Amino acid sequence: MTAGPLSGSGRLMGALYRGADSDLAYSFRRNPVVVTAAIVTLLYFFGAAFADWIAPHTPFDPSTLSLGDAEKPPAWIEGGDWSYLLGTDNQGRDIFSTILYGSRLSLIVGFSAVIFSVVLGVGLGVTSGYFGGWYESIVMRAADVQLTLPSILVALMVDGVARAIFAGTDIKTDATFAIYVLIFAIGISAWPQYARVVRSATLVEKSKDYVAAARVIGIPSWRIMLRHVLPNTMGPVLVIGTIDLALAIITEATLSFLGVGIPPTQPSLGTLIRVGQEFLFSGQWWITLFPALALVLLVLAVNLLGDWLRDALNPKLR
Amino acid sequence: MADGAARPLLDVRGLKVGLPTRRGHLPILNGVDLHVKEGEVLGVVGESGAGKSITGLAVIGLLEPPARIDGGEVWFDGARIDGLSGDALRRIRGARIGVIFQDPLTSLNPLYTIGRQLTETIRTHMDLGADAAEKRAVELLDEVGIPAAASRLGAYPHEFSGGMRQRVVIALALCAHPRLIIADEPTTALDVSIQAQIIGVLKRLCREHGTAVMLITHDMGVIAETADRVAVMYAGRVIEDGTVAEVVRNASHPYSHGLMGSIPTIGERVGRLPQIRGAMPRVGAVPEGCAFAPRCPEVRDLCRAERPVMMGGKTTSAACWQYSPRWADSAGAAGAEAVADG
Amino acid sequence: MAETPLLEIEDLAVHFRLPVPLAERAMGRKPKVLKAVDGVSFAIGKGVTLAVVGESGCGKSTVARLIAGLYRPTRGRVAIDGHDVTAARDRTRALRRRLTMIFQDPQASLNPRWRVRDIIAEPIKAFGIAGDGQETGRRVDGLLEQVGLAAADGEKYPHEFSGGQRQRISIARALASQPDLILCDEPTSALDVSVQAQILNLMRDLQDDLGLTYLFISHDLAVVNHMSDRIAVMYLGRFVEVADAAALFAAPQHPYTRLLLETIPDLGMTGRDREAVAGEVPSPIDPPGGCAFHPRCPHANERCRTERPELRTAAGSAAVACHAAEEGRLPPAPAGGAADG
Repeated sequence: MTAGPLSGSGRLMGALYRGADSDLAYSFRRNPVVVTAAIVTLLYFFGAAFADWIAPHTPFDPSTLSLGDAEKPPAWIEGGDWSYLLGTDNQGRDIFSTILYGSRLSLIVGFSAVIFSVVLGVGLGVTSGYFGGWYESIVMRAADVQLTLPSILVALMVDGVARAIFAGTDIKTDATFAIYVLIFAIGISAWPQYARVVRSATLVEKSKDYVAAARVIGIPSWRIMLRHVLPNTMGPVLVIGTIDLALAIITEATLSFLGVGIPPTQPSLGTLIRVGQEFLFSGQWWITLFPALALVLLVLAVNLLGDWLRDALNPKLR
Repeated sequence: MADGAARPLLDVRGLKVGLPTRRGHLPILNGVDLHVKEGEVLGVVGESGAGKSITGLAVIGLLEPPARIDGGEVWFDGARIDGLSGDALRRIRGARIGVIFQDPLTSLNPLYTIGRQLTETIRTHMDLGADAAEKRAVELLDEVGIPAAASRLGAYPHEFSGGMRQRVVIALALCAHPRLIIADEPTTALDVSIQAQIIGVLKRLCREHGTAVMLITHDMGVIAETADRVAVMYAGRVIEDGTVAEVVRNASHPYSHGLMGSIPTIGERVGRLPQIRGAMPRVGAVPEGCAFAPRCPEVRDLCRAERPVMMGGKTTSAACWQYSPRWADSAGAAGAEAVADG
Repeated sequence: MAETPLLEIEDLAVHFRLPVPLAERAMGRKPKVLKAVDGVSFAIGKGVTLAVVGESGCGKSTVARLIAGLYRPTRGRVAIDGHDVTAARDRTRALRRRLTMIFQDPQASLNPRWRVRDIIAEPIKAFGIAGDGQETGRRVDGLLEQVGLAAADGEKYPHEFSGGQRQRISIARALASQPDLILCDEPTSALDVSVQAQILNLMRDLQDDLGLTYLFISHDLAVVNHMSDRIAVMYLGRFVEVADAAALFAAPQHPYTRLLLETIPDLGMTGRDREAVAGEVPSPIDPPGGCAFHPRCPHANERCRTERPELRTAAGSAAVACHAAEEGRLPPAPAGGAADG
């Protein structure tokens, strides 16, 4: 036998094994790394959602700041203060509190960007897969073009264009405005992945006979797409979405670090790192190190979850 | 090996295969007994999930982990071959046991020419030079009925049609003059008119070479035409074993009897097909006692309590209590509870 | 037939253009055309079963899908009860309701994410058959019981059922719109034989109870023999022989029909030695000229290679597309060869 004749039997055993042994919850419980990642992610969500109550200080209310508390090292180092667990920055803001608020912003931007690209990508993907023809060609070529542009470049361009357009208008280019620009910029560069995956999944589902059965009784196309096809293409979208969330958070941090993201008045994790790195060489390493660690931990946890989901659902992604 | 001399060519005794899962150990084969004599065609039939393919894979050591042999013995040509190392089994496969699978594409490497795959296999198993091996390859292709064999050596598998590919696979399986061929659904993927050709080739060659065949299929028509003897499998066991004519026309086991009756034939038109109610139990859900008891029209208390072994039936041997002296004493004649179909 | 046939198709054909790579199109190569169905005509009266048999790739499933409106025909005409439904816009809701389809693969024909109850309720809702949700529920329960399942099974998902049970669900869905005609595309080929018998019996019982009409697509002549009143044998997109079931099996006319009958492994053929029949089905993309069967036909002559035979009425109810049959060049039908099994 030249080639392994195993694939036939492999499929058979695979089917048997899946029937007996595939269970998302089980593979989750069995994997302590994933459980830890999930707990860490949940803690971030919790901390971000309830920052107002959890944070020991309100770092962005100037009236509560005192320059006397500025540049305190973390509590366990000499000169530290236990009411400022991770130390303070040059204006006396509590690092731990700024991280909580910063994580909130990072997560809001990340989630919104992912939702934006999912809605756009899935919508274009399922319709182009279902209808085909010239519409499909246009959408998929647009996706190709979009993929040639790095997301940071897109974000820089969008940011520049938006500022230029709105400069002369009443709309203020403040922190809130920056958040919308970021969500759009990060989201717009991720949609092709969803569109591609959903389109190919749609092509597979469309050819299955349950869709034919619905067509025979005259169910309208939009309803077939929405009720029949779409739910069967969501597995890979969930996986990409999770991995993309980590990516979106990093992109946001990168942009903020480069100074085109969220301004220091309402800093995200990326902004905190940028602001803090000026103090790195003057000895106040904690101002930038702790936000950086927080970012790494969050992204790592989300990424681990995404990888696990991909393996557990096992769609043939890349 | 004094004991080995008396054994048939292939002798499978009490073969058990299981699949460890987190919900416990799933028994797939629950003690399979079958044998193939020298030069004989044994048909192994059963519905999907009966364990017939797994039996074939277990015999030649191609079970995919984590499935494993839990017990029983496999004897081939007087030697025990279960539990042999992968290398030793590989030497037996190909040289002394040929293998044919359902999809010819899984047995052929798409990147190599037919000629290269044949000569390589021939030279692995036989002490031949390159020229002699090529000559042998042409002979083989000719034997399996590939027209202009010499000119097709340079062709790739994708240039052949499904039927031609399966012929090449038969040539590959035969190339080292094996004593036994295990064919797992060799014609299922082919069109009906091509099926007939492939069965014909397989049957003719094995008769000419005196090769024994273990033919695994769900298609009773194929078995009826090809096999000398039939083993019927149900829920991981062989439940009837007899000559093909007897099993087809006059089966002893109620399951085989029902199965044969439920197949429409070209010869006769009947109003309703006789049907067996219910479905085969799933792997892991095989009931105590006789696995067929819940569907059996003849069931008695004895059947539900104890698992029957093979015993002499009317004309074949069958694993059915009806043929035991204890049948007459057992209570609960007639009246199986109603079971939903499907 | 004096009354209007329930289903009538005339010269129905569908040609698929195969995509040609851009580079080759630039070189001026014309796209290849696959004539999946190339001019078939038949009529089915109420309560009758017409079977279409043939090997894979002969276009038999495509015929069913054309009638179901899943493909747009290249030419020809489909009429349900005298109403032309060839164009999609003529396929009114009332006409759509009268025909449904059962598919081969019980795995793929049920949406894995829907409960069985919702799957069966979909046609009821689409055609507004039930007044309200409660009545829909009662109908679904009734349909489940009609096909031999329990009303409680409606709460489950398709993967919880065996292949045979899934096919029962498909049948229940097909019955939900109270159709007259069911297009059955290989409904039992994916099933084990004992389950196949159950499904075939169920389909016949339903036909008797509800007066259904079946278009039964299959490759299995034994199943077709069991199920149908009239049989059309299809080869490379065209009918080569159409005859009443009994006549077709007793006295097959077309050489291809004879070949099929001779080569099919059958239970009655224990120990028979078969003559290997040469040749394979040619590609439908580039079918042989003249009679498409001539390269495999033992009776082919020059006329068969150049001129395509049309379906002509032959003995009794049969119609055959064969020059040799028309000219009386064929040996008498090997009658009994199949019948005495």
